[in-house]
Amino acid sequence: MQDVADHTARLEIPRQTFRSLAWRRFLRHRLALAGTVIVAVIVLMAVFAPWLAPHDPNHVDILLAREGPSWGHLLGSDLVGRDVLSRLIYGSRVSLSVGLFAVTVYVLIGLILGCVAGYFGGWVDMVVSRMVDAVLSFPVLMLILVIVGLLGPSLFNIILVLGFLGWPEVARIVRGQTLAVREELYVLSSEAAGAPSSRIVIKDILPNIMSPVIVNATFGVARAILIEAGLSFLGMGVQPPTSSWGNMLNDAQSLSILETMPWMWVPPGMMIFIATISINFVGDGLRDALDPKLN
Amino acid sequence: MSDLVNEEKPVLSLRGLTTHFKTDLGVVKAVDGLDLDLPAGATLGIVGESGCGKSTVGLSIMKLIPEPPGRIAGGEIIFEGEDLTKLSNREMRSVRGNKISMIFQEPMTSLNPVLRIGETLSEVIRAHQKIPRKAAWEKSIEALDQVRIPSARVRINDYPHEMSGGMRQRVMIALAICCNPTLIIADEPTTALDVTIQAQILFLLGRIKKTLGTSIILITHDLGVIAENTEKVAVMYAGRLVEYADTATLFDNPLHPYTQGLVLTVPRLGARKEKKSRLNVIPGLVPNLLGLGPGCHFADRCTQVMEVCRNLKPEICIHHEKHLVRCWRYA
Repeated sequence: MQDVADHTARLEIPRQTFRSLAWRRFLRHRLALAGTVIVAVIVLMAVFAPWLAPHDPNHVDILLAREGPSWGHLLGSDLVGRDVLSRLIYGSRVSLSVGLFAVTVYVLIGLILGCVAGYFGGWVDMVVSRMVDAVLSFPVLMLILVIVGLLGPSLFNIILVLGFLGWPEVARIVRGQTLAVREELYVLSSEAAGAPSSRIVIKDILPNIMSPVIVNATFGVARAILIEAGLSFLGMGVQPPTSSWGNMLNDAQSLSILETMPWMWVPPGMMIFIATISINFVGDGLRDALDPKLN
Repeated sequence: MSDLVNEEKPVLSLRGLTTHFKTDLGVVKAVDGLDLDLPAGATLGIVGESGCGKSTVGLSIMKLIPEPPGRIAGGEIIFEGEDLTKLSNREMRSVRGNKISMIFQEPMTSLNPVLRIGETLSEVIRAHQKIPRKAAWEKSIEALDQVRIPSARVRINDYPHEMSGGMRQRVMIALAICCNPTLIIADEPTTALDVTIQAQILFLLGRIKKTLGTSIILITHDLGVIAENTEKVAVMYAGRLVEYADTATLFDNPLHPYTQGLVLTVPRLGARKEKKSRLNVIPGLVPNLLGLGPGCHFADRCTQVMEVCRNLKPEICIHHEKHLVRCWRYA
């Protein structure tokens, strides 16, 4: 009888790992695919800005002020004669870094606090959950305005503020998922094998709760980009001469520009719209692809 | 097989082990003053209905009772001369998986789905031995070979979902034996598997016991499994030990009315011809552990109940050499 197992030939089925399955589902999601391509283009634009931009984005040429699009300046020039296209290309750097860094900061905080709260429970959970409640009950935009006002508007401060205000949602997701995964038998069997808590959290729990976190982070990038644009529009964000899509829109606060010089505000507005909607499509695709219930 | 069993030197002794669970309705005594010895090199079967506390015994020995609501409320767990109840968490971690390991009922969900089985195995080995990653990987392959997983060198790269239930249970056994434990606690290791696979897994456990000299506690509700794979049996009812004997003795001469009932419930081929067209059952249900009476917990279902049974708890008595029973009929 002991040989029965030896004779069981290995059935040759193509490997269907969760990753390959998720990847296939993602590819079927047309909008997500289109979104990914657009996001990739924006990322490349940001990375290679110095090579792509036709002009120095900060070069002021009063003689060119308010000029409409022309062959020399495809999207025209702004109030002080800077090339709009170049500023647009450089602006993508600001938007993307706000999105990426702010989200990285808050996902890290949320992961750590959520895991600790969910795994250890007790008073730790109590403290973290109340902190989540507290931060979630602040009016976020007001708070951001106040803090940025106090710290002074800059790219770094925006990232910091968004990073430290965004974590409660992630912490809440992570805590809930951790509570569920902690009850899984493989966690018990790890404990029965003598694994220390740190290893159980890192190897057993974290990898099994990442899907909803990744999805949330994707939407978070889009949201951070929007908030940065809003702050810069209000003059509380990235300060000139550094260009950002938001502070380019700032110029459009004047009615005459709004009516007669669309090249100054339509392109940055379009970029904000395209970037956020693409990222949200990617998030949608990821949500469908990573949903374990569809497995 | 029996020459390996050392009656004089128990590897594990439980003395008055008591495990409580706090609920909103009161304290449940899931295990209530359990005394039990496991001779070195033997397989001890713990048998009983659902909810009689047999799994709680296993988890208590590992000190893995979820706390709260559970708690080891009293007693001693003496393993290799040391009382496990007195060990700190850290000390206990070096016992788990290393000297005592555990196999669970559900092989389908006992393995982390995102790790290759090789990673899971090496993690366990490296938790107990300071050896490099590569050496741990080689040891893992060895362990898979020992549980007779064909082409272990290839399958070590599999994810759990790429394996069948029987294969996964083999991996679980590999996990249990990879650090050469003295004791393996197998909690219903074959319940979730179909019968042919069950036989293979039990055969494997028996072989491991022989080659590695491991002692095994086999927790099950299946008397057939007990009969063929154990040297000693403990019958539990409502958190207490009701009968303990050599396996052969117990099946030849069950003393406790509950054990007699259990032995009778085992369906036999050909029973129909003997004009017994129905399966035997023990009437009634396991009592609610929250509302136990003053007497014998089995009294309400017992066919041989006496007056005293309803009023006083029976103590363990020695029927004859090494056959213990908790029943007023033998007191």
